[in-house]
Amino acid sequence: MTTHAPRFWRCIPQRYSLIGTHCTSCNESFFPPRNICPNCRRGAQLEECKFKGTGTVITYTTIHNATEDFDRLTPYHLAIIELDEGPRITGQIVSAPDGVKIGMRVRPVFRILGKEGERGIIYYGTKFAPIEETCCD
Amino acid sequence: MRPVSIIGVGCTKFGERWDASLRDMVAEAGIMAIEDACVTGEEIDALYVGNMSGGRFVEQEHIGALISDYAGLSRLHIPSTRVEAACASGGLALRQAVLAVASGYQDVVIAAGVEKMTDVSSGTAADALASAADREWECFFGATFPALYAMMARLHMRRFGTTHEQMAMVAVKNHHHACFNPIAQYHMEVTVDDVENSPMVADPLHVLDCSPISDGAAAVILAPTEMAGRLSDTPVRIAASSQASDTLALHDRRDLTTLDATVHAARAAFSQAGIEPKQVDVAEVHDCFTIGEILAIEDLGFFEKGQGGIATEEGLTALGSSLSVNTSGGLKACGHPVGATGIKQAYEIVLQLRGEAGRRQLEEAEIGLTHNVGGSGGTAIVHILSR
Amino acid sequence: MASGIVSYGVYIPRFRIRLNEISRVWDNGEDISESLRVFEKSVPDVDEDSVTIAVEAARNALMRANLDPKRIGAIYAGSESHPYAVKPTGTIVGEAVCASSAFTAADFEFACKAGTAAIQACLGLVSSGLIDLGIAIGSDVSQGAPGDMLEYTAAAGGAAYVIGREDLAAEIEGFYSFTTDTPDFWRREGMPYPEHGGRFTGEPAYFKHVSSAARGLLKKLGTEPGDYDYAVFHQPNGKFPVRVAAKLGFSREQIEPGLVVPMIGNTYSGSCLIGLAATLDIARPGDRIFVTSFGSGAGSDAFSLRVKEGIDEIRCGAPTVRDYIGKAQYLDYAMYAKHKGKLRI
Repeated sequence: MTTHAPRFWRCIPQRYSLIGTHCTSCNESFFPPRNICPNCRRGAQLEECKFKGTGTVITYTTIHNATEDFDRLTPYHLAIIELDEGPRITGQIVSAPDGVKIGMRVRPVFRILGKEGERGIIYYGTKFAPIEETCCD
Repeated sequence: MRPVSIIGVGCTKFGERWDASLRDMVAEAGIMAIEDACVTGEEIDALYVGNMSGGRFVEQEHIGALISDYAGLSRLHIPSTRVEAACASGGLALRQAVLAVASGYQDVVIAAGVEKMTDVSSGTAADALASAADREWECFFGATFPALYAMMARLHMRRFGTTHEQMAMVAVKNHHHACFNPIAQYHMEVTVDDVENSPMVADPLHVLDCSPISDGAAAVILAPTEMAGRLSDTPVRIAASSQASDTLALHDRRDLTTLDATVHAARAAFSQAGIEPKQVDVAEVHDCFTIGEILAIEDLGFFEKGQGGIATEEGLTALGSSLSVNTSGGLKACGHPVGATGIKQAYEIVLQLRGEAGRRQLEEAEIGLTHNVGGSGGTAIVHILSR
Repeated sequence: MASGIVSYGVYIPRFRIRLNEISRVWDNGEDISESLRVFEKSVPDVDEDSVTIAVEAARNALMRANLDPKRIGAIYAGSESHPYAVKPTGTIVGEAVCASSAFTAADFEFACKAGTAAIQACLGLVSSGLIDLGIAIGSDVSQGAPGDMLEYTAAAGGAAYVIGREDLAAEIEGFYSFTTDTPDFWRREGMPYPEHGGRFTGEPAYFKHVSSAARGLLKKLGTEPGDYDYAVFHQPNGKFPVRVAAKLGFSREQIEPGLVVPMIGNTYSGSCLIGLAATLDIARPGDRIFVTSFGSGAGSDAFSLRVKEGIDEIRCGAPTVRDYIGKAQYLDYAMYAKHKGKLRI
């Protein structure tokens, strides 16, 4: 069988833990990580940074008709989320029984993103869930 | 740089072409264009073909050589180049041909576009199309193309009060136009209710908000304007050709309700042509989804940002209005064989400017515009054509 | 030097199915809930498995005490539903909690007691000073064949315990294990659902092993049930832990805070660890807790815990068991079958 194991493996720190880059020259943060800062280009000072994963829904959709890999998941929510540190990322919203709303606060959760069929590797990574109150709050 | 004109055009029927292969269709369109231009094979200097994903759709790469071969030009050994910019591949092929002729490097050049999409399942086709988005950071998380446009639509609705009904009116209009176009995939009127009652694909976009999976090919032939009069009775001048880029992923854009690539390409094109947006009589814009047309007519400068939905509702873009948009039926109803679309747009404008557009012919069409988008807005290509 | 629990975290998926809904499909009587003393069970989301549950629990455990993941020297993940037959769950957990690469890991399987076995392994490394912190996890998305009695209770959830020597939330005063070769419940390699010996899983399996381990520990430490504030026993259903507690001399009040099976079902490797977490959620410094797990096949691990001052420091650092139990979204059998991958496509 064909496997995308190397391709998945290269991105594990980003997929699991939202590791990106921060440019100390312009103070902008990037996710996914970039080797060249689009603001400073050759003048950039890039360092690794870990995003908290909390953020705000900028826009969203509910997908009813997906590509083959996501066919069994429909309907599912997809959103563009602005992380608290600035960058925007695309991700699924889960555990939202009352639906998604623009402006909704979300936090990261660890989920299966995909599988290479029954025999291949499992792609784990980050999705997002609405922030809910807990007893101690 | 020397002025360039279109001296011949051809386009196959768009739709589910079960009987035709990729090479069949491109030969059909190429021969139509060559016959239209009254040129011989020996006069052709080069060939550019737009094709998004022969590899995924028909498991064929090296489309350049294939096209030249099956267009009967293999023994002439002319250069044949495949170009790719996702759904803007056709527009990019046209632009490469324009640059080749304008530079003086080549004289008579074919710009073609082709896509054969129905040889794979709709799920595979959707996945192939999704590779025009960011595979690692959008599609990997479940993004589809309709989903990306749906997210733009939702924000447009929120910010500007655009309604889904207004989006549905884009489909109603373009389906109506397509009924007058013999090459269109659909000859079927739809109503706002039909659109709103069609199955949801990615909220708020329904099936009838989306362009279809299509097969088709189109070709145009370019020559220096100074030679065009000799090679054609009805040459159409290319007044501007421009292209702009933006981030690959939607989430990295400056504004999720504007395609900055379109804004930049349009500004450059109007400046090149020395005209104002209001002087355009007819435009073929990239309505891969109904919201796409609303964004396009704003970003091209025809309407203020946020006014695209109302303009559509008021009929300001309908056939015969001062700006007729997507007289071919657009991607929505004429069909969207992705690599062919950019060339088909030029084909439609040429027919309108020549007065050969049959039942959908406009009365006074002097200046036309084509607008072709790659991905969710990572590439935009604008051409302005004039009589 | 005292060793024990530095922090803990749990995770329970938000979906539930009521036992009456399962019985509606398989016709095992409307009183099934009453006879099992289980009313609903947790069901994983379509994109959750034993690994994702382990990661969420481990992240909660580290977050609760604000621990530096680079201190972790061992990750032992216990489950009977590891998604990979070969490829350790612990490797994925380590990466997902941003541990350094300088840790040892292995996956454990001992039916429902893989998690407590993992705690014992961590305890050895920590007590000997070989590592600073170890994480022991029990998590499962347990399987029951459609219509089988197991289906009424096989649930999803997990707990992670950080074992160390400093800043203890609870000291582990001692443990006693009792292990025999008793084939009461098993799953052969490559088979999707476990098999079981019906009533044979009761007296010669659960009751014999839990009682033997519990009595062994009481004898070893010279304690008696009355010395403990709380007790937690493995919870395959709502009846067994109540009956075994009574038999051993523990009161209903002692086991009540940790008895979570009526609301979430049997989370297998997570079962008594979630019960312990629910108890720690309310325990005060100085309290003593008696815990006994059971794993088919068969064995039991009994632990004696003394709650320390550290518990108050970490109490609000992560969601409690009640937080998770309170967030329930109910499924019908068809959606449940989709979530559990019971529909073969």
